[in-house]
Amino acid sequence: MSGILEFMTDYTLRTVALGSATLGLVAGALGAFAVLRRQSLLGDAVSHAALPGIVLAFMVTGSKTPLILVIGAALSGWVASLLVLLVVRTTRIKMDTALGLMLSTFFGLGMVLLSVIQRTAGEGMAGLDHFLFGQAATLVGEDLVTMAGLGLAVLIVLMLLWKEFKLLSFDPEFAGALGLPVKGLNVGLTTLLVIAIVIGLQTVGVVLMSAMIVTPAAAARQWTDRLGVLVALAGFFGALSGLIGALVSSLIPRLPTGPTIIMAITLITVLSLLFAPRRGVVAGWLRTLSQRKQVASDSILADLYRLADQHPEPAEAPHEVPVLVAMRSGEAVDKGLAELARQGLTALEPDGRWRLTPEGVDRGRHLVHGTLAEGGEPA
Amino acid sequence: MNASMWSILGIAVVTSAACALVGTFLMLRRLSMLSDAISHAILPGIVIAFFLTGDLTSPWLVVGAAATGVLTVALVEVITTTRLLKEDAAMGLVFPALFSLGIILITRYAGNVHLDVDAVLLGELAFAPFDRFMVAGHDLGPRALWLMSGILLISTTLITLFYKELKIATFDPGLAASLGLAPVVLHYGLMSLVSVTAVGAFDAVGLILVVALMIGPPAAAYLLTDRLAVLLGLAVGLGALAATLGFGLAFWIDASIAGCMAVAVGVVFFAVFLVAPDRGLVAVMRRRRRQRYQFAEVMLAIHLVHHEGSPEEIEESRVEHLHGKHVGWTPEFTRDVVAGALRRGLVEKAGDRLLLTELGRATAGHALSGAGA
Repeated sequence: MSGILEFMTDYTLRTVALGSATLGLVAGALGAFAVLRRQSLLGDAVSHAALPGIVLAFMVTGSKTPLILVIGAALSGWVASLLVLLVVRTTRIKMDTALGLMLSTFFGLGMVLLSVIQRTAGEGMAGLDHFLFGQAATLVGEDLVTMAGLGLAVLIVLMLLWKEFKLLSFDPEFAGALGLPVKGLNVGLTTLLVIAIVIGLQTVGVVLMSAMIVTPAAAARQWTDRLGVLVALAGFFGALSGLIGALVSSLIPRLPTGPTIIMAITLITVLSLLFAPRRGVVAGWLRTLSQRKQVASDSILADLYRLADQHPEPAEAPHEVPVLVAMRSGEAVDKGLAELARQGLTALEPDGRWRLTPEGVDRGRHLVHGTLAEGGEPA
Repeated sequence: MNASMWSILGIAVVTSAACALVGTFLMLRRLSMLSDAISHAILPGIVIAFFLTGDLTSPWLVVGAAATGVLTVALVEVITTTRLLKEDAAMGLVFPALFSLGIILITRYAGNVHLDVDAVLLGELAFAPFDRFMVAGHDLGPRALWLMSGILLISTTLITLFYKELKIATFDPGLAASLGLAPVVLHYGLMSLVSVTAVGAFDAVGLILVVALMIGPPAAAYLLTDRLAVLLGLAVGLGALAATLGFGLAFWIDASIAGCMAVAVGVVFFAVFLVAPDRGLVAVMRRRRRQRYQFAEVMLAIHLVHHEGSPEEIEESRVEHLHGKHVGWTPEFTRDVVAGALRRGLVEKAGDRLLLTELGRATAGHALSGAGA
């Protein structure tokens, strides 16, 4: 309770929490597209590549105004992604190699510039190295306004071009055939992604920002097959983990906000992977289990039907359990028969023998002959 | 250059060689980003092993922390085989989580010790010469140099021993499996080498330079050769070159050594990217330009053949007509194409008209029959 009370009253905490939630929301929503288009690692490269832009923007303008640093970050992230495309298009070097190369080179450049201004500018640069791992506690109202403004702009553009981006993500060739400017849309979507990344740099840092792109979408993907729901849910998970991370790290001393946010979203994702209703690992296990049970009881049903087929009595005549045990080579026949009885396909006679119900006869015929009834359509 | 500068350069060159060797195989297997993932993910392993051994360069720490790297690869594969996430997303989920765990451990429990967050990214190459390897009171030199030389020796030996197996498994995994080469064992063997190299290099050069050295030199070498043995040699050479250049740059502008080396890796790559004889940007552009003109010359010959002997031949074979409405070339392009065609003897000039030569007619015929086949 004290956490919530503090949240209502503490200015810093409120700013940090709102900022973290904003970055989670925007990064999650844009990340859904990145994950769908298998560009998860592009986010990693772009966020690392933002560092020299931040430092250069400071060196050129001498200002630490968030908007200026953000523009610098976006520019260098953008240049890096264009260089990746240039290398991939003109040589046989693959995407992942080009991404890794640009990531480390740009980040190295950022570190060089940082070490240079550390020497020359001294106190003036204090705060720039927070961009490495983020320093959510340094967020102030002005940052929040910048983040919210940029985030809102990104989300509005995303909504305006929704249909186009959707088509681009699922069937770029069809989009091209329809006459959509695929190249322009590609650049547009990448630009939005760059902005989304840049929004989070101050809070989470260049090193961990890529996780805020990939992870919420990875969690959301487990719950839905619809793009609209996916984007909304990824945004929600992102915002939720931002809030949780900010609150938890404010309650426990010496717990850095950025990594805590990443741990929160990772937890959400692991839970989603395990427990999501249809795709989840546990749901998969349960499905396999029930299928295995179904197969086992089906084969007993088929045996009962075959017995009836071979004997002159009517199909619903009762049979001894030991006969079935012999046919099934002694597997768990009792359990299977009980399961079949539960489904109303078999019935136990007072003398301990089992018989097929009329429904059981139908299903047995279907299993053995592949037809539901005499002359019926194969199912 | 004093002794400690020589040691720094030595450590950097040995590290770059060790990274380039394993990095080449990562690149060829399209696993370059695993170097990024592994080098981040080993952090919690290093921190925990450091708490246990109290020594950042202990061989036990290297082995223990490298296990985290292999664990990362296995985790990514487990998640990928559930088909719930694609491989890149699985990687993007696993390594930031482990890295965050490492950062949290450092911030909370190792605030005052040798490990700090900046050193994680950049290493402390400038201090590496002062950490000496002492055996029974004898100073044998910088510990990092011994550690990295040992790792380099191990990976050179293993790669030499299993060269053929690695080669087949890299270029044709299916064949490797059918020959009984156990690609899974090779894969995890390689991943263990990558992890050990990353952990060993981590303390000296930091994880960003590990990534740069594993990816950049092999990528540059890949633009220069098609032979695996040459590729490995070139990657090691280019890595050493980048380390040396970066070292010089760092002392010249007095900046972060690891950062300068990472930048030098990028500079070396882009230099090769521009001027590589066959696959460089300049060579590719020149080839594309030449092909454009060659194609246009053939088109010119086809155009002339098409109208040969027809009533409009006189009109269609005039040079001015070519950049008119039918062919649609710009006047400059037409001039260059006609000049090229004259030079190669495809056409002859007769006043302002172009007449096909035998060669021109044959070229057009060949192009047309080729297209028709």
